[in-house]
Amino acid sequence: MTKIIRRERLVPNIHLLEVEAPEMARRCKPGQFVMLMPDERGERIPLTIADWDAEKGTVSSVFMAVGTSTQKLALLKAGDELPVYAGPLGKPAEIEKFGTVLCAGGCYGIGAIYPIVRALKEAGNTVYTLIDVKANFLMYWEERLKRYSDEFFVSSRDSFFDCKEYIPNVLEKVLQKSKLDRVISIGCTYLMYTCSEATRPKGIKTIVSLNPVMVDGTGMCGACRCTIEGRTKFACVDGPDFDGHAVDWDELFYRRKSYFEDEIRSMCYWEKESLLKE
Amino acid sequence: MADKKTELSPELKARQKAGFIEEWRKEMRKAIPVKERMKMPRQKMPEREADERNKDFEEVNLGLKAKEAVIEAKRCLDCANPQCVAGCPVGIDIPTFIKLIEAGKFSESARKLKETNSLPSICGRVCPQETQCEEVCNLKKATGVPVAIGNLERFASDVERMEGDVFIPKIPPSTGHKVAILGAGPAGLTVAGELAKKGHQITVFEALHMAGGVLVYGIPEFRLPKKILDAEIDYLRKLGVEFRMNFVVGMTATLDDLKQEGYEAFFVGTGAGLPNFMRIPGENLIGIYSANEYLTRVNLMRAYDFPKYDTPVFPGHRVAVLGGGNVAMDSVRTAKRLGAELAAIVYRRSRVEMPARIEEVHHAEEEGIEFHFLTTPTRFIGDENHKVKAMECLRMELGEPDSSGRRRPVPIEGSEFIMEVDLVVVSIGNSPNPLIGQTTPELEIGKWGNVEVDWDTMATNMEGVYAGGDIVRGGATVILAMGDARVAAGEMHKYLNGSG
Ligand SMILES: Cc1cc2nc3c(=O)[nH]c(=O)nc-3n(C[C@H](O)[C@H](O)[C@H](O)COP(=O)(O)OP(=O)(O)OC[C@H]3O[C@@H](n4cnc5c(N)ncnc54)[C@H](O)[C@@H]3O)c2cc1C
Ligand SMILES: Cc1cc2nc3c(=O)[nH]c(=O)nc-3n(C[C@H](O)[C@H](O)[C@H](O)COP(=O)(O)OP(=O)(O)OC[C@H]3O[C@@H](n4cnc5c(N)ncnc54)[C@H](O)[C@@H]3O)c2cc1C
Ligand code: SF4
Ligand code: FES
Repeated sequence: MTKIIRRERLVPNIHLLEVEAPEMARRCKPGQFVMLMPDERGERIPLTIADWDAEKGTVSSVFMAVGTSTQKLALLKAGDELPVYAGPLGKPAEIEKFGTVLCAGGCYGIGAIYPIVRALKEAGNTVYTLIDVKANFLMYWEERLKRYSDEFFVSSRDSFFDCKEYIPNVLEKVLQKSKLDRVISIGCTYLMYTCSEATRPKGIKTIVSLNPVMVDGTGMCGACRCTIEGRTKFACVDGPDFDGHAVDWDELFYRRKSYFEDEIRSMCYWEKESLLKE
Repeated sequence: MADKKTELSPELKARQKAGFIEEWRKEMRKAIPVKERMKMPRQKMPEREADERNKDFEEVNLGLKAKEAVIEAKRCLDCANPQCVAGCPVGIDIPTFIKLIEAGKFSESARKLKETNSLPSICGRVCPQETQCEEVCNLKKATGVPVAIGNLERFASDVERMEGDVFIPKIPPSTGHKVAILGAGPAGLTVAGELAKKGHQITVFEALHMAGGVLVYGIPEFRLPKKILDAEIDYLRKLGVEFRMNFVVGMTATLDDLKQEGYEAFFVGTGAGLPNFMRIPGENLIGIYSANEYLTRVNLMRAYDFPKYDTPVFPGHRVAVLGGGNVAMDSVRTAKRLGAELAAIVYRRSRVEMPARIEEVHHAEEEGIEFHFLTTPTRFIGDENHKVKAMECLRMELGEPDSSGRRRPVPIEGSEFIMEVDLVVVSIGNSPNPLIGQTTPELEIGKWGNVEVDWDTMATNMEGVYAGGDIVRGGATVILAMGDARVAAGEMHKYLNGSG
């Protein structure tokens, strides 16, 4: 059992989960993820590691409450225990001195991209950070991202930020002005896809952190298979980071939606079982 | 890679002989003449009706009753030269355990089994006896019908467990040596038990959240109930074995990290967890699972009880399972239980080449599974939602024998046809799990991704590191995994004593 140290709402629908996992905390690298189960009847789900503290022995993730597992997680509090918490899994993000790197994140990816921003800066890169939020009140971790960013951009549809744009539009604008050596994008699939498409014409290497459905997260089942340059890869062990220009996005979109009806059934059942009883 | 039967070793021969000449055995042999014994019919394993059992996940076989078990035990001729022992990969003292059943000493019989087989209640259920001990049983040579050794093995260990009479050996004082077992499959569990009994301090590191390896995520409840496995794990806990679940060696900590933490000897039992795919067009369509994914969803994650449990699985009305081994049988019978109208095995060779246990094939047939032999898919066809709706298949015929000695299937030109399916389970084998090799650069890995060992000692090229089971053999069997483990445990004990 893994003890929760903190579970707190960052912004509506997005939460921070910090757990006690000293062994893991010593080994985490940017871009890796954990597999966890919110309770004994839960599903094993992957969450990217958004931060860790080797001294304190804790590991954190940021998650968006979208379905049964994440809704269950959102109701847990400090002191509660998770029956499954395994990791760190997946290949770490490639961190080198590339030159100028733009990190693009949205929704849970704002948190998930933070260790990469930090590591890239520490490796001597010029780091541009581009964050997508639907509205200003959905922004979080702005301060800590800015600390490691040479430039900080926001794309939003909210008049609070004086830009009413989606992330690829802002990315294209940055591309016109500056020479980028690499783009790294984490967040919902659509965001990663559009970022990859935005950089494709100029051929700028774009790394995405793929999020297919997973079961074990250790290479045992093949649920997470994705097609990269025509070849099948297991995202949990061969990735999760891949070249965004080589990903078969269509396949990823439809595979992620495989269980759409079951997910709704699951949520209705769980709400009726646990929430309405009280 | 699995090896065939061997001659009895001198020690085994001596042990057999010692049991054979004991007074009670002599008397028992005299009590019923051989001719009489040979006339007794093989006791049928009681099983649930096919039509009832193919709708749920309860165990199919009910187990022999005491009366039946004693009769079955009487069929055993207690041979002077028991071939069955040579046929058993771990050399179980078969005549002695069977004669103890005949004498009504069931728990004693179970203890006899445990001298050589750490997991008899499991092996009694899943071993391919028909190609091992029962194949070479002298009674089979004489009458055509061997002693039901597997059923008796299951009987003795079930009685011991059900009567709560499980013998916990006295553990010698701690040796202070720390041993790390990587993987909680049958191989790892066996080493854990053997070395704990010697007083070493054992920690089992397991990537998943439940111990048992394939026994818990692969083999379904209807063939191996979880409570059997739970009892075995419980037994190990009582021996003082510590389990660290959700610990992925190589990721959570590497083998070298564990060495730093003071572990002196290691056993790598991480199995053959990497599923093979067909590599044909359309394989990533929705509704195409590896057998590992399908069975893990259903067994480990309990998708059969969705939505009470959160993990879903596609129900499938027309299900094709590709392959002909135990894994394929388990998958197709699972599909039937989840309500499939058509649950079919699609296998590129013919019936006789199927590697599955005969009992599973019979059970599958009774449960209404269809078999399409000499058939292989060439591509999968999806609907507008990218969900599989059909597969194109080719008919095959058998040609010359290949390297495995089985006749090679060759496609018949122009024999393409379409089979409508909405769920496909690919069950064409697994490869060794690459994680340990990738994160332990020093460890010697063979060309199939297997860990290389010295077969006499199960030692790898790294000092103090041993390996066994599917990680060295590729997909093999529970009993072979356990046999490797016992050899490794003996050597590890020697190693620890030498280094201590
Ligand atoms: C490597 C990786 C890292 C991820 N990191 C994060 C993160 O840091 N924060 C975050 O909020 N989300 C992350 N995700 C996505 C997250 O795992 C899913 O949102 C979560 O599983 C949804 O589960 P649910 O039961 O709440 O929702 P559901 O209602 O079950 O599903 C909602 C959506 O989530 C996806 N999903 C469902 N089950 C799984 C599963 N077992 N594995 C993966 N995706 C699934 C489906 O595509 C579905 O459309 C990551 C996914 C991957 C593969
Ligand atoms: C569906 C199915 C049916 C079968 N039916 C039969 C049968 O009827 N009869 C028979 O004899 N055999 C059968 N087999 C084969 C048999 O189960 C295997 O040969 C046997 O389980 C091998 O044991 P093992 O201990 O080597 O590996 P496994 O049982 O595979 O166990 C390996 C364990 O190691 C863990 N692991 C892997 N990597 C790591 C890591 N890095 N860190 C920590 N832990 C890790 C895995 O999670 C797993 O729990 C079947 C197999 C399957 C899949
Ligand atoms: S070979 Fe058959 S008859 Fe002879 S001892 Fe073994 S089980 Fe009994
Ligand atoms: S999640 Fe099972 S192989 Fe990747």
